[in-house]
Formats: sequence, structure tokens, C-alpha cells
Amino acid sequence: MTEEYLLTGARPLGGDPSDIWLRDGRISQISPAGQLSAPDAELIDAKGLVALPGLVDLHAHLREPGREDAETVATGTAAAALGGFTAVHAMANTDPVADTAGVVEQVYRLGQAAGYCDVRPVGAVTEGLAGEHLAELGAMADSSAAVRVFSDDGHCVSNSLLMRRALEYVKAFDGVIAQHAQDPDLTVAAQMNEGKMSAQLGLQGWPAVAEEAIIARDVLLADHVGSRLHVCHVSTAGSVDLIRRAKERGIQVTAEVTPHHLLLTDELVAGYDPVFKVNPPLRTEADVMALREGLADGTIDVVATDHAPHTGEDKDCEWAVAAFGMVGLPTALSVVLATMVETELLNWQGVAERMSVVPAQIGRVNDQGRPLAEGEPANLVLFDPEARWTVDPGIFPGASRNSPFKEMELPGRIVSTFYRGTSTVRGGELQW
Amino acid sequence: MIEHLLSTADLSRDDAVLILDTAGEMENLTDRSVKKLPALRGRTVVNLFFEDSTRTRISFEAAAKRLSADVINFSAKGSSVSKGESLKDTALTLQAMGADAVVIRHGASGAPMRLASAGWIDGAVVNAGDGTHEHPTQALLDAYTIRRHLCGGSGDLAGLRVTIVGDVLHSRVARSNAWLLHTLGAQVTLVAPPTLVPVGVDSWPVTVSYDLDTVLPETDAVMMLRVQAERMNADFFPSTREYSRRYGLDAQRAALLPQRSIIMHPGPMVRGMEISDDIADSDRAVILEQVSNGVSVRMAVLYLLVGGSREGAGETS
Ligand SMILES: [Zn+2]
Repeated sequence: MTEEYLLTGARPLGGDPSDIWLRDGRISQISPAGQLSAPDAELIDAKGLVALPGLVDLHAHLREPGREDAETVATGTAAAALGGFTAVHAMANTDPVADTAGVVEQVYRLGQAAGYCDVRPVGAVTEGLAGEHLAELGAMADSSAAVRVFSDDGHCVSNSLLMRRALEYVKAFDGVIAQHAQDPDLTVAAQMNEGKMSAQLGLQGWPAVAEEAIIARDVLLADHVGSRLHVCHVSTAGSVDLIRRAKERGIQVTAEVTPHHLLLTDELVAGYDPVFKVNPPLRTEADVMALREGLADGTIDVVATDHAPHTGEDKDCEWAVAAFGMVGLPTALSVVLATMVETELLNWQGVAERMSVVPAQIGRVNDQGRPLAEGEPANLVLFDPEARWTVDPGIFPGASRNSPFKEMELPGRIVSTFYRGTSTVRGGELQW
Repeated sequence: MIEHLLSTADLSRDDAVLILDTAGEMENLTDRSVKKLPALRGRTVVNLFFEDSTRTRISFEAAAKRLSADVINFSAKGSSVSKGESLKDTALTLQAMGADAVVIRHGASGAPMRLASAGWIDGAVVNAGDGTHEHPTQALLDAYTIRRHLCGGSGDLAGLRVTIVGDVLHSRVARSNAWLLHTLGAQVTLVAPPTLVPVGVDSWPVTVSYDLDTVLPETDAVMMLRVQAERMNADFFPSTREYSRRYGLDAQRAALLPQRSIIMHPGPMVRGMEISDDIADSDRAVILEQVSNGVSVRMAVLYLLVGGSREGAGETS
């Protein structure tokens, strides 16, 4: 790779204008604007753009193998690049399930072949996501995919003993269990947040307590066995409170929130449009505010997209039969700008930590989430915080259009993404 | 008037009273002489039933036919939550047939709203019962029946006390009645075991009680809801016998009602559980009248949604 770029006038983490020289896949030099000369580099005018380390997503569904009609590793990672990501974790609920070294290596290689970003496969905790027997966690860890994050996402590891064993077992290779916290008994046939809106709409409720009860149990288990626990897509104010208290007690728990849970509420279900159907469900305004506060004060460590593409057939139907999930990679940073930065809850440093540095640490991803400094890998994104755009899912790379932000005006636009020194996105467009 | 009838929450007081008044006119006209009115001649009304409900379908069919509409019965078989022909494809078919109104019964809450708002069809959509959401024409016929007996057949229901008893959580009849009766000025009390009252009910314009005996003496109309078989073994209550003892309406309980109060049931009844045989057949029960009023109310709804605004345009063709 001989690409060489000089980004002029960029603002690293929103700071003073600087020139950033990318060469040989690394950041070769950073200097105050106007002081660098790199005669062989292609000049890219980055005046006014915020430079952030390439974003790292801990939670995406790339659907391959099995549902290539909804998304492939290639289209999903293209969507990631468009959203400013240089690494994504691919969830295990594929078909076949990513519960063996063979499947995680396949997904890993598909990511390499696509070349848009690092793909870090997540391994299933239990065979077939069935919640009965541990999958071969060690084999997945030792494979070329070097799995460190394990999750039955889409399903909760609800059996307490199995969860305890999983938490303990992955300590041998520094793994982490990422729990989809949902008590299955409390959420049979659940369709939306249980509360005022479900009562009115006649849809089966998904109560906050079904999430909170599992989180409460899991932090106690993690404490007991001294393991790392990661909580996927925290959605309720009560969950934020539980995690805050667990952290105060020194328990090794981390947590993520999705962009949609930072912005949208269950009031949107009133039209029964399944584009708003997601698991865990959209909650109330009070929950949204608590999630923002939790993300701001570090109770919630990271933003993760839970990018979940679905075909038109699975969404263009009545609510009850529609699939759960929302496309989220291309819109994530804009939503965080709208909900966290423009509200002055986070600065760009804070955004970089929550969308790049910390997710890379939780996932044990080398060469990602690194500082914007000389010698570091050239994974970075240039973002125009002044731009505004109207979301048109029709332009997203994959086959799926299920963005809850469709037709919404969002602030901020990804201008360029660089992945290991290669320009994957320029002028807001994919480079191949 | 509204464009579709999806929820009684969309009806203003004046809309609701207009529907009831129109139903009264329909009843008079069809009683008098003409069994058929020409109001919807040349219009097509489709009864799209994804759930079996012979009673409701026949009522809508009779209503449409008495207005001279062409009626197509389209029963999409199979359970709503299994994927057969999709709602979208069915809707596109109906659009191609030129349906002026689609009366839809569906097992999934919100299916009528999807039909009305997803851009699949142009016609008016009438919700004939969707999942555990709403059943607006049932509530309208209930209001019509109450008004006839307790308000001299005109105006609204201001000041009346209506008690709805039973499985409120899963009842589309309860939801539609709660909004409509409130809009019409009635005081609504819901009585149910706490397991069958939805979380979030505190945002409804109703009072909730768990004790039927204390509520009945303050009740002008009591509406007993059906308890569906699938709830009976799902631990919402310990046994049907216990349910019946605490929430069923038998002669002893009915005696707690004030003299002029009426007893209602949307049917089909589970006799001996929600309501005892003698009470269901007693003079105070208006259950059969609810059925006949259903046709007049559905005529009014179809007339106002399909007949009114587009009259003239269609008549010449
Ligand atoms: Zn999940």
C-alpha cells in the first residue's frame, strides 16, 4: 500500500488546526497547520473538520453467513466505513451460528477480503445460542480470528450457572462475556416497552425489570468470580443505576448504549411502523435522559450500534410479525453529535473515548482506538460537525433500509475515513 | 369527520355523537320500510378477515348491503402471526380491485393502522378488531345501546357511570370503550384482577378497582368482558372457579346494581364464568340488542366514511 496523504487544517479531537501526514499505514507526523510539507503526499483539505480516531463498534450484525439477502460482511463493513468506523465486532447470531473456530475464521477472512475495516467476530457463548452448553470458547479464542468477546446476543444467557461458568472460563484468555440482558420468562411474546404506550396500543409489554433483573444478577456473578462482564445495549434508567452502583463497588463491568436508545422513545410506536421495532425496545423520555447522563459520566462506557439490517419483507408488514432491529452504522456519529455533543454532555475527547478508545480496550482490539499521534496506525475519521443531512436509507450500501432515522435531519457528516492508511471514504463517498 | 376508523381515541365528541345520531337514522329508515338505502350504490366494501369472527363479519356485511354497496368477503386464513400471504400483498390486491372501504379484522394490534398509513391502499379503513388493541365499532354500538336505554337516545353520555369488568389487559373492547365513553362524558371504572390490568393504565381516563361488589351499586351500565380460553391456564388467576367467584356476574351480585342499570356483554359469552345463565337471559341484559344495534352503527360508520365526502363524484359513473 503506497497511499500517502497530507490532511491539512484538521482539528484533532476538535482542537487546534493541524496537518496530519499519513504514510505507510501510520500517522507519520502531526504539526500545527501550515508547517508540514510532504511533497509526495496527496493533499486533502480538512479545514474545519474534526479528526477522531477510527470508530470501533462492539456490536453489529453483519448477517453473513446465512442472511446475505439482508447484509453481507462486505456491505456491512462498507456501511461501517461510511459511518467512520475502522473496526466492527460481528455478532454471532448468524446461520450457522458463530460458535466454532471455523465460522469465526470465515467471518474474519470475509472482513479482510472486503478491506473496509477490521472485522472482529464475536463468538457465541453457548452452542447454537441455545443456552444449554458452552460453545468451544477456547478454540475460537485461539483461532486466527482471536475472539475475545463472546455473546449469545439476540438471546440472554439466562441460566445462572451457565453464565457463571462462561464468565469464569473466558478469564483464561482475557475474554469478556457480553450479555444481552433479557429475562426470557418476563418477555414471552414481548413487542415493545411495557408502560403507558403498550397499554394504549395493545402490544405485549417488555418490562424494564426484565433487563434490570439480569444485570443485577450478572454483576453479582462477575463480582463473585472476579470476571469481566459487558452489558449490551443498556436501555433503562434502572439499568444505568445498577451499573453505576456496581462500578462503585469495584466490579469489572462495562456497558454500551445504542444511538437509537439515546434519541428515540416508545412514543414512536404509536403508528405501528415496524422500523421502530427493536430489542431491547425503545423506552421512555426519562430512560433516554438517564442513558445520556450515564454515558456522559462514564457509567456507560461506550456507544455501540447494534446495527441490525433486515429485508423489506421482514419490516414491511404488521408489527407483530416484523423482525426486531435497526440499521445503525452510517448514522451513529451523527446521533451522538445530536444527543451528546450539541447538548454539551460530551466533548470530542469524550466521543473518541466512548466510540473508539474504550470499545477497542473492551474488545482487546490491537491497533485501534489509539491516540492521534505520530507512529500510531492511520485509523482515523474526518467529520464535519457543521453539516446537516437528511437520512436517506436508500443510499446505504447494503440491501436493508430499516433505519429509524429515515427522513430525519441529523447534524454532522463523515467526510473521510482512513483505515490503516487507506482511504475508504472520501467526500462522504465509498472509495470502491 | 375522520378519514379512517382505527381507534375511538381519534373521535371527537361531535364525531362520536354524529355517528350515534346517524346510526339512529339508519335504524329508523330500515325499520320503517326500505330495507335498502342507495347511499353506497356503486361502492365496493371489502371485509378483510384474518381472524374468524362470523358475528362481526355478518354484521358489517349486512350493514354494507343495506347501503347498497358491493360487498367482497375476503378471508385470509391462518393465524395472523404466521406468515401466509402478507398484509401488504393482500392490500395491493384490494387496491387493484378498487375497494372504497376495507373493513379489517386482524390478530395483530395495529394492522389496520398499517393498512391505512403504509401507502398500500387509497380506500377508507375500518378497524373491525385488531389484536389486543381496539374494536371501535363495538364501542360505538355499546355507546349507542347505553344512550338508547339511559339517555333517551340522543346527545352524549355525560354523567353516566359505566363499569367494565374482566380481562382489560387483552381486551380491544375495553380499550375502545374506555376512550369513547370518556369522550362522551361517561365515568368509566375498570374492574379486574390486578394481573389483567395493564401496566400504564394510570394514563387512561378511567378509575380502576379490584373489587366488583363495591363498584356495582354505583353503576348505570355494567359491561362484562369475555375471558379467552388461552388466558385461563396462563396463571393470570388461579382457576376459572375463583375468577367467577370474584369477578363473575351472578344473580346475587346483579342485585347490587341500581334499579335501572343495564347489563352488557360484547359476546360471545362464557356462561357460568363471566356471567351466569339467569343474568344473561334476564330483562336487564341488553346483549341481543347490542347485536342488532351493531348493524345500524356499522351502517352509520360506512355511510359517513365512504358515502359522505365522495358523494356525487361516484354517482355519475
Ligand atoms: Zn441484543
